[in-house]
Parts: sequence; C-alpha cells; structure tokens
Amino acid sequence: MSDAIQARGLVKAFGVTRALDGVDLDVRSGSILGLLGPNGAGKTTIVRILATLLRPDAGHATVGGYDVEKQPHQVRQLVGLTGQYASVDDKLTGRENLVLIARLLGQSRVEARLRANALLAEFGLTDAAGRAAKDYSGGMRRRLDLAASLVGRPSMLFLDEPTTGLDPRARLELWSLIRRLVSQGTTVLLTTQYLDEADNLADAIVVIDRGQVIAAGTPEQLKARVGARSLVVRAREASNIRALTEILLELTGTRPTIDGLRLTTPASDPALVPAVVRRLDQTGLTVDELMLRSASLDDVFLSITGRHVEPDDQAS
Amino acid sequence: MTQHRDRPGTDILTGRMMDGLQQTRTLAWRSLLQIRHNPWQLGDFSIQPILFLLLFLYVFGGAIAGSTGEYLRFILPGVIVMNMVFVTVYVGHGLNTDLTKGVFDRFRALPIARWAPLAGRIVADLVKQAWSILLLLAVGFLLGFRLGTSVTGLLAMAALVLTLALAVSWIMVLVGVIARDPEHVQLFGFTALFPVTFVSNVFVPVDTMPQWLQGVVNVNPVSNLADASRGLLVGGPVLEPTLWSLAWACAITAVFAPLSVWALNRRLMRG
Ligand SMILES: Nc1ncnc2c1ncn2[C@@H]1O[C@H](COP(=O)(O)OP(=O)(O)O)[C@@H](O)[C@H]1O
Ligand SMILES: [Mg+2]
Repeated sequence: MSDAIQARGLVKAFGVTRALDGVDLDVRSGSILGLLGPNGAGKTTIVRILATLLRPDAGHATVGGYDVEKQPHQVRQLVGLTGQYASVDDKLTGRENLVLIARLLGQSRVEARLRANALLAEFGLTDAAGRAAKDYSGGMRRRLDLAASLVGRPSMLFLDEPTTGLDPRARLELWSLIRRLVSQGTTVLLTTQYLDEADNLADAIVVIDRGQVIAAGTPEQLKARVGARSLVVRAREASNIRALTEILLELTGTRPTIDGLRLTTPASDPALVPAVVRRLDQTGLTVDELMLRSASLDDVFLSITGRHVEPDDQAS
Repeated sequence: MTQHRDRPGTDILTGRMMDGLQQTRTLAWRSLLQIRHNPWQLGDFSIQPILFLLLFLYVFGGAIAGSTGEYLRFILPGVIVMNMVFVTVYVGHGLNTDLTKGVFDRFRALPIARWAPLAGRIVADLVKQAWSILLLLAVGFLLGFRLGTSVTGLLAMAALVLTLALAVSWIMVLVGVIARDPEHVQLFGFTALFPVTFVSNVFVPVDTMPQWLQGVVNVNPVSNLADASRGLLVGGPVLEPTLWSLAWACAITAVFAPLSVWALNRRLMRG
C-alpha cells in the first residue's frame, strides 16, 4: 500500500520556540495514524502544516502525492480537517453550518441540503439541526465539527485531539464514528494525549515530544516496550527503596523509575504481581501500596525518555 | 472535493474567478444569516442610527439651526455619513471573531479562493451599509425631509458613501487582524472613530468653530463626504467635496488594503 502522507524533516519555529525539530512521518493509505504526545509537543503544528494552514521553515511533506507547499489547492481537495478547538460558526444553526461548507465546495442548493441532512442524521444531530451551534453541548459541537469536515467526502481526515474535554460516553461515540469512517476507506491522522485512545483506534503510533519523534511503531510494539500495564509500588520509607529496586529489577529485567517513594515498572507478565508479593513476604518488607494499572502517556514517556510528562503539560 | 461546473469556452483562470465570486457570495450570505439568529445585531446598524438621528434632531436642532425642519436638511446627510463610519467597525469585529474562533481556518482549509473569506465579509458589510442608508433616508422622509436635487443625486450619494465605506473597511480589516479579541476591535475602533467623526462638520457647520479647529475639520474626509452628501441630497457645491472624498477613498485604500492583506497573511502564517 502506498503512503497517503509523507513528511520529511519538518521544522517550524515560533520565535525562539522550536515547535518542530525535524519530524518524519508516514501514513499508509487507508490506515489510522495516532500522533501521541503531551501538550506542547508539536502535534497541532504538524497537523496545520499538513493541512496547508502553516508553512514549514524546513523539510517537506506530501499529502496524497501533492506537495503541501507547492500544490496546496489539490491537498485541500483531499483533506478534511477537524481542528483542536471546534471551529463551527456559533451564530448559525447546525444545518446552516453544513450547508455553508457544501455550498462553498460547489454543491447546488438541493445537493447541499441533502448532504447536510444526511450528515446530521449520521451524527445524531437531526433534532438539534435548527438550533444555533452556540447552544450545543461540547460533544454535539465536536460532532458537528467532524460532520463539517466530512461534507466533501474527503479521502483523508485530520483530527486534532478530537476527544479532549469530552465525557467518557461522548468519547466512545466519537471513537465508533471514526472507526466507521476508516472502514469506508478514509485515511486518518489523529492526535491525542491518551495512550488508550491511540491504542484503541490507531494502526500505527508515533510518539512526539518537544518537536521530535521519540518512538514509532504499532500499538503492540509500543506496549511491548512500555508494558500494557504498569506495576506501582509505594515504599513505606525511603530506606526501603534500594531493596525494592533490586527486587523489581530482578523480576522484570528493567530498572523501575522512582518518583519520591513510588516505584513504577512495566508489567507485561501477569505473573509479576504474585512474584513481587512472594519476594516482599520472603524479605519481610512492607509496602504502602501495590497496584497494577493500565499504562498511561506518562509511562510511555518514562520508559522512553526517563522523565515524566511535565506536570503543567499534562492533559487537563 | 470541489465540484467544478463545466463551463465550455472558459479557461481555468476565468473558471476559478467565477468560483471565487460564487464562494464570496456564499460567505456574504453566511454573514448576513448570522443576523437572522441574532436580531439584536440589527440594532447596531438599524436602531442606533435612527436614535442618533432623532436625538440630534430634537435635542440640538433648535439650538443649532433654529428649527428642527431646517436642521433635518443639515443633519440627515451627516448622520448617514457618521453611521457609515461606525458600521465599518463590524467588518473588523466579524473578521476577528472568525480568526479567534478558528472559523477562518476552517475556510482556509477548504479548496476555495484565498480571497473569498475576506471578500465575503466585506461584501456582507456593504449590504448592511446599503440597508442603513436606505433606512435613514426612509426615516428622514417620514420626518419631513425633502430631496432638494433628484433621484440621480440620491443614488450618487449612496454610491459615494458606499465607496468610502469600502475604503474605511480596509482600516477596520487591519484592526480586526491586529486585535487580540473582538472586544478590543470594538474598543479600539470606536475610540479612534469618535474624534474623527465629531471633529467634522457632521453636526454643526464649520464656521461656528474656532479658527484653528476649522483647518482640521476642513481636511477631515468625514467633512468632505458630509459636504458632498449634502450637495447631492439637498443642493449646493458637489464637485469639490466629491473629488476630495474620492481622493481620500483612493488614498486610504492604497495604504490600507495592501497593509491589511499583508498583516492578515502574516497572522495566518504565524499560526
Ligand atoms: N502561534 C504560535 N506562536 C507561538 N508559539 C506557538 C504557536 N503555536 C504553537 N506554539 C508553540 O509551539 C509548541 C508546539 O505547539 P503545538 O503544536 O500546539 O503542540 P500540541 O498541539 O502538541 O499541544 C508549543 O511550545 C507552543 O507553545
Ligand atoms: Mg494541540
């Protein structure tokens, strides 16, 4: 299969901030690529460059074989974009928002209305179609925004943090909508701050941090590296940390990351927990907490970079 | 994604131009549609100018011109001009709203003419301007205003005021691009426009003012346009103030159109 999107050495600086520092990216036609990274990593900047909204300082990119800088019009004909913040016209109704886009794309009045109604139905917005978008809930606005980017039946869809700020139910709804689109052949580039979202939706994941790609692979490869789950052990007192580190190193083969009294280690092997408990029992060590949890973006970061996602950078 | 209609005999450039005009029309329609759902917006360019007209007419009319009937002949063209100046602020306000809310990016990501979103905004505002002029004239006639010239004069006045509206819009486009949020557009726009409008002959004849001020008032484009409008509606000198008004329109456009487009592109490319 061919690459629908290809980027090489993308660089973009905003004043002194180097938002992108040499990013390479390949998205296979018909697949979902998850671009995973904390706030400020450069996700939006990548999406905006690929959607022809921003010019890179260096490097180049093609979308559907068209150069984003030299053939922006052709790229725009292929791509539907849903930005990080819903960009619908608050003062228009849901239906009017969609009709507007359809008309701009050259559809006749009748075509535009039919297309709008079909999308409203598909996204569960028929009842709200006549209400101004400013009265929509967060989830409804997101759906309308997504619908607006689908009016022209784009073969590629860029979704910038489509579920950030949504409640769990709305999040799941959006996931199934995205899956349905891909099953119809759409290529999707999706950015997210959540590992589980990338894991759930994406065929391939690229992890970026401070404008650089720090890992890339399938969700399985990434999880194998990080562990689908993490084991968290909380020492009773600081003097125990050394002994606990030894135990975890011996049982997992990797050095746990230490944060205060807390030790975290990838736990891909289900037998790890009982093994740890046995060793603690044998050595007579007591711990305050022993917990198994799904790996988070933070765990990915820890295992790849050895540091945490900066606290003020974390998903809000 | 775009469904280009087949137009035998037209080349690609003409085709794109036609598409761009169609897109401009659609975007102008969208700006006007916003009013339907937010009727209070109508107040900004309907109720407000009427209130201004009534206020000046009945509060100051007796003092300034001796009678309200006499003053109406003076103030109606003046209020039309003043209102035109204030309504241009909404170009900047609307543009800034689209920029800060991401709506402009949505348009830019579509395969449409680069200039259509801005052109649509400006065209929509000219429609609002035309509506305001019509409304003020209608109220003026109801209050007893009589045309001293001809219908041609009236139409020429409307065309001249709209030409200046287009020119001043470019200044407001620049304000809309530079301002942080829509509130700042309004704050800055009105703060800058108030003195320009009031230090003119819109409300009182220039010969009632101190000598030093007369110089300023006489070169103010608002005065030139008010004079030209009076000439075209009531009668009196037309040519000179009209030429001055057009000269101002050219000068403002020549400076602010390129500057605004440059600033807009800069803001967009900066992200
Ligand atoms: N228009 C801009 N002006 C200045 N800095 C910016 C601008 N856009 C993004 N940045 C900076 O570039 C970096 C990457 O931003 P962004 O691509 O938005 O990250 P993400 O989408 O992953 O949160 C951040 O440090 C951000 O502050
Ligand atoms: Mg972002």
